[in-house]
Amino acid sequence: MNGVQTSLGATSGTAIAFFLVFISATLAITGWAARKTKTTSEFFAAGGNVSGLQNGFALAGDYMSAASFLGIAGLVATSGFDGLIYSVGWLVGWPVVTFLIAEPLRNLGKYTFADVVAYRLKKKPVRIAAAIGGLTVICFYLIAQMVGAGNLIKMMFGLQYETALLIVGTVMLLYVLFGGMIATTWVQIVKAVLLLGGATLLALLSLVPFGMNPLALFAKAAETYGPEVLAPGKLVSSPLEAVSLGLALMFGTAGLPHILMRFYTVPDAKAARSSVFYATGFIGFFYLVTFILGFGASVHVGRSAITSVDKGGNMAALLLAEAVGGRPFLGFISAVAFATILAVVAGLTLSGAAALAHDLWVGVIRHGQADEKEQLKVARVATIVLALVAMGLGLLFKGQNVAFMVGLAFAVAASSNFPVLLLSITWRKFTTRGAVSAIVAGVVSALVLIWMSPTIQVDLLKNPTAMLSLKNPGIITVPLSFVVGIVVSLLFPEPEAEAKYAEVERRMHLGAEDAEPAAAE
Amino acid sequence: MNEKDLRRVAAARDRIARVLTAATMFAYFGFILLVAWGKPLLGNLLTNGLSLGMLLGSLVIVLSWVFTGIYVSWANRHYDVHVERLAGKSKSGGGT
Repeated sequence: MNGVQTSLGATSGTAIAFFLVFISATLAITGWAARKTKTTSEFFAAGGNVSGLQNGFALAGDYMSAASFLGIAGLVATSGFDGLIYSVGWLVGWPVVTFLIAEPLRNLGKYTFADVVAYRLKKKPVRIAAAIGGLTVICFYLIAQMVGAGNLIKMMFGLQYETALLIVGTVMLLYVLFGGMIATTWVQIVKAVLLLGGATLLALLSLVPFGMNPLALFAKAAETYGPEVLAPGKLVSSPLEAVSLGLALMFGTAGLPHILMRFYTVPDAKAARSSVFYATGFIGFFYLVTFILGFGASVHVGRSAITSVDKGGNMAALLLAEAVGGRPFLGFISAVAFATILAVVAGLTLSGAAALAHDLWVGVIRHGQADEKEQLKVARVATIVLALVAMGLGLLFKGQNVAFMVGLAFAVAASSNFPVLLLSITWRKFTTRGAVSAIVAGVVSALVLIWMSPTIQVDLLKNPTAMLSLKNPGIITVPLSFVVGIVVSLLFPEPEAEAKYAEVERRMHLGAEDAEPAAAE
Repeated sequence: MNEKDLRRVAAARDRIARVLTAATMFAYFGFILLVAWGKPLLGNLLTNGLSLGMLLGSLVIVLSWVFTGIYVSWANRHYDVHVERLAGKSKSGGGT
């Protein structure tokens, strides 16, 4: 290990023990959930029985990926302040979800965000378009997670990349296939509690020599590496680029299918609202803690030691765990990181299965007419297909630098799913053609602009120059999707859709008419 | 009558949602633009170990949560009351 004393990568007994405890506990939960998963509603939405607080943990679990835990801590450890720019960006989407999306989504839809868009528009074209938008986001996100999983597990446990993929894919498949949303939700809750608790404990341990004062830790880092670690560095260069990235991060969260799907697991709009409040608190706290971890690693482990293990700094938090808590604590934190990956992949797979089974099979191929038994069967087949796709994508992109794919997923989500979702719930004159063309414009423009950007042309394909200097397409693609949706809707009005808006407005605020008033409590 | 009531409740929610979204965007993009344009400014130390940029960044995170809390408490105290009243009315009134 190039001059660093670490047991990272050596198969550690404690890591495997913690890992086995986690796997057995979550599989036991899956067994329990499997007995309660008899209907499609239970499979996709946990029967709507998840409480606001539980869903708050589950939302946080879905969102706090290994990339944000290890990646941001690594970025802070190697470059200081700049990690905070990402933390802030990844959090500010949550208030937007609360104010604009959570409650209407809960009241208007069933399993997917396409339900909301299709509510008063022509079902088939809208479902096809929304499923394409959703699945595009899920695929990019899955590639980033699976490749990250393979590499991380290789580094943490010394397992082969392919073996790691197989383990992640199989365990995740067991959760989703048998336990559906009930198991997935509880896996997210367990993981969120472990991750929040583990990160907090790690931060506290690294603050002990500094009298529990984070400022003393930051001051020590500034003393060692120069005052510039506390100031903005090279991450944000041009204001245009910064705003463009900001738009994708801010509105992308409100377009992520696996996040949106969580709002159907709570009983009503009130619980949906409070769940985002809890989630925002957990995630914000987590990002602040991550900032302390990054500085902790740069002080306790040292930058050169961190980059000698992994050039990107991704092992900073784990090395810190070993430095302040010894090998058992490293084992615990490694197992938590593994659990994090598993849970996020399970959530993504379930939302992809909902797009395939509920939107495309039932909604389009079967014209909305499929009995309960068939729906559940198709949902499970779709889950298996997606698990295979996830493992296949992981193999296909082995050894590639896929960090940009999370950014790509956010860019596509912000420029296709978010605009149509917002327009469909707020704008009376929105039409089927408007929705379809807005999604297509958003997905295609985001993909093309990223293809032309330096991220692909220079960093990946090693061309000397890129066709476009903009790295983040959001500033063009988000407004483009809105403009296309609005202009097309105005050019080709759809009186039926406009007439049905009163019903949308009513249901968006009052909920389904058949809902029992008692459910509001 | 009922329809008008619903409009009023919807408009009130739209207003607060819009104001809070704008406030969040203002805080976030303000921070981002300061990072892009005011690097030396944000690097100023307020006290040993804390720069202005770190304080503002953390503040955006805390504010996002506070804004969410403001919305939730408003909705719990005002919006829900009207929604329950309207939902009750439409049920007993029998009209749609």
